[in-house]
Amino acid sequence: MTITTRPGPATPVSPAAPSPVRLPRAGELARGHARGAPLRREGPAKLTGTALYADDLVFPGAWYGATLRSTEPHARLLGIERDADFDWSRVVVVTAEDIPGDNVVSLIIDDQPILVPVGGEIRHQAEPVALLAAADRDTLREAKARLRLRTEPLAPVFDPVVSSQVFAHYEMGKGDIAAGFAAADLVVEGTYRVGHTEQLYIENQAMIAVPREDGGMTVTGSLQCPYYVHKALKRALALDSERAVVIQAETGGGFGGKEEYPSLLAVHAALLAQRIGRPVRMIYGRHEDIAATTKRHPAIVTHRTGVTREGRIVAQEIDLVLDGGAYCTLSPVVLSRATIHAGGPYDVANVRITSRAVATNTPPNGAFRGFGAPQAEFAAEMQVNRVAEALGISPLELRRRNIYREGGVTPTQQVLRESVAAQEVLERAAEAAEFERIRERTARERAARTASARTARGIGLALGWHGAGFTGSGEERMGSVASVELTAEGAIRILAASTEMGQGTKTIFPQLVADELGVPYDAVEIAPQDTSIVPDSGPTVASRTAMVVGGLIIKAARRLRAQVEERTGRPFAESYLHDAQTWGGTREDERFEPYPGVHFDDETYTGDAYPAFGWACAVAEVEVDLDTGEVAVRSVVSADDVGRVIHPVLAEGQVEGGTLQAVGYATIEEIKLHDGRYLNDRLQTYLIPTAVDAPRIDAILVEAPFSGAPHGAKGVGELPMDVGAPAVVAAIHDATGVWIHDLPASPERILAALDGHEPPGPPGISA
Amino acid sequence: MSYELRVNGVEFEVAAPGMRRLLDVLREDLGLSGTKEGCGEGECGACTVLLDGEPVVSCLVPLCQADGHAVRTVEGLATAGPQGPVLSPLQAAFLEAGGAQCGICTPGMLMSAEAFLASGADPTEEAIREAIAGNLCRCTGYTKIVEAIELAALGRGADTAPGA
Amino acid sequence: MPAEPPVASPTSLGQAYALLAAAPHRPIAGGTDVMVQIAAETTPIPERMLDLWRLDELRGIRVEGDALVLGALTTYTEIRRSPLCVEHALALVEAAATIGAVQIQNRGTLGGNIANASPAGDTLPVLLAMDASIVAGSLRGERTVAAADFWPAYRRTPLRPDELVLRVSLPLVAGRRVRYRKVGTRRAQAISKVVMALAWREDGGVWRDVRLALGSVAPTPIRATETERVLEGAAPRETVADHAAAVLRGELRPIDDVRSTAAYRKAAAARVLHRLLREEGGW
Repeated sequence: MTITTRPGPATPVSPAAPSPVRLPRAGELARGHARGAPLRREGPAKLTGTALYADDLVFPGAWYGATLRSTEPHARLLGIERDADFDWSRVVVVTAEDIPGDNVVSLIIDDQPILVPVGGEIRHQAEPVALLAAADRDTLREAKARLRLRTEPLAPVFDPVVSSQVFAHYEMGKGDIAAGFAAADLVVEGTYRVGHTEQLYIENQAMIAVPREDGGMTVTGSLQCPYYVHKALKRALALDSERAVVIQAETGGGFGGKEEYPSLLAVHAALLAQRIGRPVRMIYGRHEDIAATTKRHPAIVTHRTGVTREGRIVAQEIDLVLDGGAYCTLSPVVLSRATIHAGGPYDVANVRITSRAVATNTPPNGAFRGFGAPQAEFAAEMQVNRVAEALGISPLELRRRNIYREGGVTPTQQVLRESVAAQEVLERAAEAAEFERIRERTARERAARTASARTARGIGLALGWHGAGFTGSGEERMGSVASVELTAEGAIRILAASTEMGQGTKTIFPQLVADELGVPYDAVEIAPQDTSIVPDSGPTVASRTAMVVGGLIIKAARRLRAQVEERTGRPFAESYLHDAQTWGGTREDERFEPYPGVHFDDETYTGDAYPAFGWACAVAEVEVDLDTGEVAVRSVVSADDVGRVIHPVLAEGQVEGGTLQAVGYATIEEIKLHDGRYLNDRLQTYLIPTAVDAPRIDAILVEAPFSGAPHGAKGVGELPMDVGAPAVVAAIHDATGVWIHDLPASPERILAALDGHEPPGPPGISA
Repeated sequence: MSYELRVNGVEFEVAAPGMRRLLDVLREDLGLSGTKEGCGEGECGACTVLLDGEPVVSCLVPLCQADGHAVRTVEGLATAGPQGPVLSPLQAAFLEAGGAQCGICTPGMLMSAEAFLASGADPTEEAIREAIAGNLCRCTGYTKIVEAIELAALGRGADTAPGA
Repeated sequence: MPAEPPVASPTSLGQAYALLAAAPHRPIAGGTDVMVQIAAETTPIPERMLDLWRLDELRGIRVEGDALVLGALTTYTEIRRSPLCVEHALALVEAAATIGAVQIQNRGTLGGNIANASPAGDTLPVLLAMDASIVAGSLRGERTVAAADFWPAYRRTPLRPDELVLRVSLPLVAGRRVRYRKVGTRRAQAISKVVMALAWREDGGVWRDVRLALGSVAPTPIRATETERVLEGAAPRETVADHAAAVLRGELRPIDDVRSTAAYRKAAAARVLHRLLREEGGW
């Protein structure tokens, strides 16, 4: 196990320099490297405004598309009516009966229609019913206002707890739960609730469909998973693999929000384009994007924890209810991850976890950074912190007595044979944040606080884990492929469907391959994410890009290197150009093979749920305004075990970004609903942190490599999201003495707890 | 109606409706797609440009009010070099420090940062954060954006620092 | 791309008045409210717009006699940078600093805030607390309306369709203090949940001419007159503060909305007032 940390803060170059907190070394400016790793490959294009996002692309003669959506949460669609006094010859309207293939959004089960058919059921607000296209936006706007839905309302279900439509359910555990509680000196119970949150990528969803001369369709857009879109396109338009082409444009953020939804949008654009025989642009505005696209699954998590006086957790009984929204989408997978992580990173002998994902008449929920784990781990860490308080044991110490170590067994009976860095991240974060010292200080402040105090400071800690890659046999079933080729012209090219959305795919892939081949970073190209060019490397999700696909390209590069060196008898770097000229190009395709010794049984849902786990610990400091309940998160230290740091700046960037999203989750991001419709449906009302809301974030990268991956990497994108929120809420408790069980821990909830007035309802409240 | 704009030092005559958003004039009429639309309601700052040197959200500025004024966009930051565009010190600092991830907020962020640095205000962390408070970023947590602006300020300050 | 209604850009106030008299026009100043409304398509698109931006008669900040006068097109940035505002209307400077962020402050105008008449308009409680007068003009001449009469109902003003807000006059009162606090939805680029301006004149240890104005707690910006009566003629002692806070809590009738709750608004307003009084009273 090797452990590295990011370099410490640099010292100022000139004594006259101003003194901000972290002063980078001025001498490194424009030297072409960022702390030893290459500069972002597509950085200059993004910085000069020349990177082309979907809406920047120009397609001469393109029409504009729009979507007519339901305005009720549950209804029978009786008809779609047009105003007679409008020139409909200037507009094309597409409905369900115009779909050449299956009227199904292809995901796990075939329950979601692309467009609600007449006679069918509207199951959520903002559900797509019809599509329109016109040559200009004014005509389109007018036409949309002149289409009406005729409906018959049906009774909606909004409360997931009472919903009887279950998408998936799980039950897992170990030991003897009754015996566990019998042995406990103390039992603590708690219910924790989290609502909908929006991924809020700054670039709205966008797709442009262009009919092909061969009768097929090319779709270019903002997306994470080209082959998901490809599959959906083929099915809806009844096209074969060659005549459906999907190209990723530069993508302005995804965070899971562009995992499933782009498939639906791509099909919408394609249906219009196919009908009119010209390109169609469908670029969402922010309001439509928030109103119609997937959100994080709301959850209600109940815990019952039995613990001994000495602080040993002896029993955990946990139940989770996840609100899937109107259609199944990926809810079973979100649920399984939430369930597996629900106990937190603790080795407890007796565990029982039950869970279900259910339907409500709200827009379907989907992937969002963490994918069920943040919800589950918020509850788990709240519970552990409350147990610590009840016992009078430090939250740090209580965790030390219960965390997983190598050899520990998870609720799916997985033995954690290697790569367990829970202790490491816990100690590193606590030390860097001076947790115990500051906790003592906040305790003294609390004791000395008078009734007239205006502010209160607090510190809180949370520990988390995140299974790397797909759950269970997902990776094996997918059989992802990635390739490295040496072209006849002597170019070295990576071919993978993994997308860049800011996390650094296009930088680390060439880095890994260049390293393997012994050539300079700039000598390695990466092919565009175009399904007619690259193989299906699987989706860019689940923090699998560096670990799984990165592993594939390393192996492919190794084989390429071996081949060339065998032919030429010389090192690759010296001989590859000559080899290309004489041999005429080589391509190595690497297909995913299951990691040795990693087995999962889908039937019993037991075994190695993940090849390895990543581990993280966050320590947050807050200052609470006691007059208004406003919370200023002053700093967060986040120690994250990513297996192996491939690029320190990019890895820190993931920790910093994920941490701020977790801070937003904990404090200001909230969606209220009325009649199943999101009320916070524009940026004025759906709030994410600004630069002055954001804390100082200190990312500490820890390495506990996974032996199954050639480079040891385990993934970094989602891990930080699992720990930030409970750390902040623990800090709020430390400052004020109040425990907030619902997210966000808004000023309304905090002031109600401090002031003793009526608290706001649970997250969401669909009335 | 016809309006006159000076964009990145170049005069343009634009025949478009007076209520056209400056954002659309830049992106569609002038083909300068570097400035981005994130929300259309002036909340995210992705469309930030400099109007007579001051940051504004171009989604809320009608063409008739930009008439006769100078606009600076992200396309005006880099300079032309013999082998292609040369990044400005601010852009280079962002590249070095990792201030851009997905890049969609970057053009607007750069313009706000540019105006801040040009103002000569003391580049404390607090002042930098306030200067970019109207530019939302979802990827970076702002940490490396602030570092990049500090780095760029240092570069600017180096010209006038004693002994430099 | 939102709708693009026709727009006229007069270069003089006279031209503007003539256009308004001839046909209904929606005036647009810095656009930070109007452009948002057009893009949102929640209200009907105006038939024609009147661009005010070239009307330099509506600009300028000056002291005229015993009043500070600000042109309707004064931006929040101009307010923040104005030595006259810092000296004579610091609360207005503080309010301007809490609106949006740099980009909005460079374009949003005082006249726009006034005419938009949002219950959450951040300058409006300051204008109420400072007994401001708003001067409106048209072809028929100018008239002055007290701030107290300018927002009679939700998003309504006494402006007639052919009138424009020309300027705001803030009487300069010797010895008057004004405190301001906005509780926003976050630290920048935020709409207020509660916004408060408290003005008074110190007179031998007690407070006179007390004005307590609030936004975001009613359909319009309001004066909390019952609470003012508690503070009028009283010294800012703890018992007075306790009483005032309790009366304010009872006097306010805010609502639950997407941003906050009635219970929170009442509690936060009361506590913020109590804190201001404590700070001023020094106890």
